[in-house]
Amino acid sequence: MNKIIVRCSMLIVALLLSIASFAQQQPQMADVMRSNGKIYVVVAVCLTILIGLFIYVFLVDRKISKIEKES
Amino acid sequence: MVKKNWWKILSLLLLIYTVVGGFLMDVPKLFILNETIRNLYFHVSMWFVMMILFGVSVVYSIKYLRGFNLRNDIYAVNYAAVGSFLGILGYTTGTIWANYTWVTDQSQTLGSILKEPKLIGAAIALLIYGAYFVLRGSFTDMDKRARISAVYNIFAFAMLFPSIWIIPRLVGSLHPGAPGSDSGNPALNFKDIDSRLRMVFYPAIIGWTLLAVWIATLKIRIQLLKDKSLLNE
Repeated sequence: MNKIIVRCSMLIVALLLSIASFAQQQPQMADVMRSNGKIYVVVAVCLTILIGLFIYVFLVDRKISKIEKES
Repeated sequence: MVKKNWWKILSLLLLIYTVVGGFLMDVPKLFILNETIRNLYFHVSMWFVMMILFGVSVVYSIKYLRGFNLRNDIYAVNYAAVGSFLGILGYTTGTIWANYTWVTDQSQTLGSILKEPKLIGAAIALLIYGAYFVLRGSFTDMDKRARISAVYNIFAFAMLFPSIWIIPRLVGSLHPGAPGSDSGNPALNFKDIDSRLRMVFYPAIIGWTLLAVWIATLKIRIQLLKDKSLLNE
């Protein structure tokens, strides 16, 4: 049950973020994410994947530690 | 907890630095390669870490043969498994990189790509390790499996030397590190690799190595839990 709530809230956050990105229809101002051919966007995507991967590996690590303690 | 796991955090920090620095820091401007030189931090590191993990694996295989402790066999097979996986990732990323630098921009024919000794050597090396897992799977007796696969692992590691280090350096090759591309080792030659690249490249290798070792230790811990009754400790 708890997991479902967490997942739903994450989905909502993701949806809100995508709406926020649509709303930005202003003239081009000093925007870090849009400079240098938008390379910072690539960095952000890769960092998200990397950190997500690390969180996943960390959670697996913790789970194994728990089982090791139990047995 | 933090004291024991500092290297996991170090791995995360080094890889964050690799991604940020690897994409944003200055790189030498080269023809044909252009920005793809940044692949050095990712594609080449995969092979580096693969070699390191295969090295660790063979050490555990030798340790197994010295004392016949099944624990060492579990270590050896899991390090080899993660190493092979990274090798496959290295091969895959290499094909993408080669498609845009050798095929499209250097207009090499498919024939010359297929004759590429570095690719053939790497494929042979990975297939030899693939056979290691096939060999393991074909035994039902645990001790026999551990013993024969440990011996085979030493042979597989020995075959890495000619197939990916020696032969591609002797014959002509498109890949850096071959004669004609005036460099010895494609990534460690100080004359060949720019100091700006080295600033990200070396931390990248350490970061990827730590991540790979972390994943390998997770696999090992799972198998140790599974085989607890067999390890008689």
